[in-house]
Amino acid sequence: MDRTDALSRLQSAGQYALELEAVNRHFGALVALADINLAVKAGERRAVLGSNGAGKTTLFNAVTGDFLVTTGRIRFYGEDVTTLPAHERIRRGLRRTYQISLLFETLSVRDNLFIACRGISPRRGSLRRSGPSDPDVEMAEILAQAVHLEDTLDDIVGTLSYGQQRQLEIGMSLAGAPRFILFDEPAAGLSPSERKDLIEILDALPSHIGYVIIEHDMDVALRVAVSVSMMHNGRIIKEGTPSEIENDPEIQELYLGSRHG
Amino acid sequence: MKQVHPNWWLAAALLVLYPFPANDFFTVQIGAYSLILGTIALSLMILAGYGGMVSLSQLTAAGLAAYMVPILGTNTQGVLGFGWSYWFTLPVAVLTAALFSALVGLIAVRNSGIYMIMITLAVAVSVFFFTRQNYEIFNGFTGYSGIEAPKPFGLDLRAPIPFYYLCLIVAVTFVLTTLYTARTPFGLSLQAVRDNPRRASALGYSVPAVRISAFFLAGIIAGVGGIMLVFLNGRISPGTIGVDVVIDILVIAVVGGLRHPIGPFLGALAFVLLENFAIDLIDRERFNTVIGGAFLLIVLFSPDGLLGLWGRLKPQIGLASMTTKRGSQSSGLDIEPNSLKGRLSNENV
Ligand SMILES: Nc1ncnc2c1ncn2[C@@H]1O[C@H](COP(=O)(O)OP(=O)(O)O)[C@@H](O)[C@H]1O
Ligand SMILES: [Mg+2]
Repeated sequence: MDRTDALSRLQSAGQYALELEAVNRHFGALVALADINLAVKAGERRAVLGSNGAGKTTLFNAVTGDFLVTTGRIRFYGEDVTTLPAHERIRRGLRRTYQISLLFETLSVRDNLFIACRGISPRRGSLRRSGPSDPDVEMAEILAQAVHLEDTLDDIVGTLSYGQQRQLEIGMSLAGAPRFILFDEPAAGLSPSERKDLIEILDALPSHIGYVIIEHDMDVALRVAVSVSMMHNGRIIKEGTPSEIENDPEIQELYLGSRHG
Repeated sequence: MKQVHPNWWLAAALLVLYPFPANDFFTVQIGAYSLILGTIALSLMILAGYGGMVSLSQLTAAGLAAYMVPILGTNTQGVLGFGWSYWFTLPVAVLTAALFSALVGLIAVRNSGIYMIMITLAVAVSVFFFTRQNYEIFNGFTGYSGIEAPKPFGLDLRAPIPFYYLCLIVAVTFVLTTLYTARTPFGLSLQAVRDNPRRASALGYSVPAVRISAFFLAGIIAGVGGIMLVFLNGRISPGTIGVDVVIDILVIAVVGGLRHPIGPFLGALAFVLLENFAIDLIDRERFNTVIGGAFLLIVLFSPDGLLGLWGRLKPQIGLASMTTKRGSQSSGLDIEPNSLKGRLSNENV
């Protein structure tokens, strides 16, 4: 490699938070992800649209390592993470929320948030209790405040309302200095005022934290994203700015015309 | 410092004073034996209650620690017997049990529910047959006998009362350690992995690492229990770790309750009392029927075992709440009253 190459490599290093190269994921005969190429810059905020079953959640599962891809490569901040287990990807700064809340239902809100904060720390396996001045204990309370759960800190998560569980789902994904976050339909089932809170939280994220958000509500999606990828039948069929996507006739027919789910 | 409910002080006083009115039989065969079986069942309770993993290899881990005592120390069988002092023998015996338990964990943790039960049962059965057929290390069917507890600093641990107190100290230490550990980052991560392994790994936890570590810690408790058992019996042979005893330990843990580390000790006491006194009411052959029937009744009517039964009767007999408020940072017990059935279907999707 000559010096010009080296310089351009230097320039692009760390430019992309997330790069997917020809990613495929099959479930038996079903092709849930077909030849996905996707590059999201560090700090970029991207919306993913697409009807039910388009493969959006599967895309997230592939990126976080909830399951491995059938073929293709995934890079996180330049590092090839294709075969890394999920917890290793999380330790590198990736976070996610789940479309259907996956929480620790028998534990308290405080414990859920503390567990989330401690997960990325090497002291996650500590056999000493954490005192009230422990940074992770404090951060758990700050996160609870951010998602309006400060009054339910000691409630068992299984007893929370649906909306509160969705809030907790978001709170847990913000724990421990994330570098990039995947939000899977975070606004689904939230009340209008909770939606406003969600947008507020997304806006308040430091600008170096990029995210991908799956969102059916165009108003929310357009409000919080600078770029949009449109998925259909396991493929990314369009990419562009929110207004380009909104005004694309093909998209209007495919998706906006028949909004469902 | 957390308030300790008066009931706990009452229980402590009863346990400490118990050997004075009791005769040798009650001190050792009922008291110490219940504490030992409870300790071994605690090893299972920790994995099942906090980790959602039912392991039937914990008695086997205890048995291997027990075997290490005559193998590394001295025995009258003329097989092996390295003549190590107790100061080396006992820690190595405990470590053996912990490593064995971790190894079982390594094999079993990628499976859950009924599959984990089957794998750990298969390990228990294999070790049982191996010890019975192997004469070079385990002295086959006969095993080892004539094993005696040490006399550290002139304290005769073979005498009933000192031995009872030894077992009591061991049991209380492990119960308190368990309650403490449940609220540490490790303990919380174990419960997190139980509730939702997929989410735990999406937060940076290595699910297998958490589970195998739990197996290791549970193995330490089983190992110490095994050493107490061999001191009590003075002998160890394959019969001690047979499948029937494996099932007894499971019954003890489930009947006692998987919600709180005190449960296995309640279960053990009930089991030992039944084992000793049901004989007076019914003949020997029917004993297993009685145990099986009691097991069935408890599981049907109180999925949380005797502990749950107590929790349900308590309001009716007008006693103040004994359980700590769950969920607070300082609370000691934090296990949701999930039934065993619920835990078994805790599949990783
Ligand atoms: N674990 C799985 N096993 C089998 N099929 C799956 C699995 N996950 C998703 N699918 C299938 O993959 C397709 C895409 O699903 P998904 O990614 O959840 O869609 P979206 O999130 O866009 O609604 C669907 O047809 C779905 O049934
Ligand atoms: Mg989806």
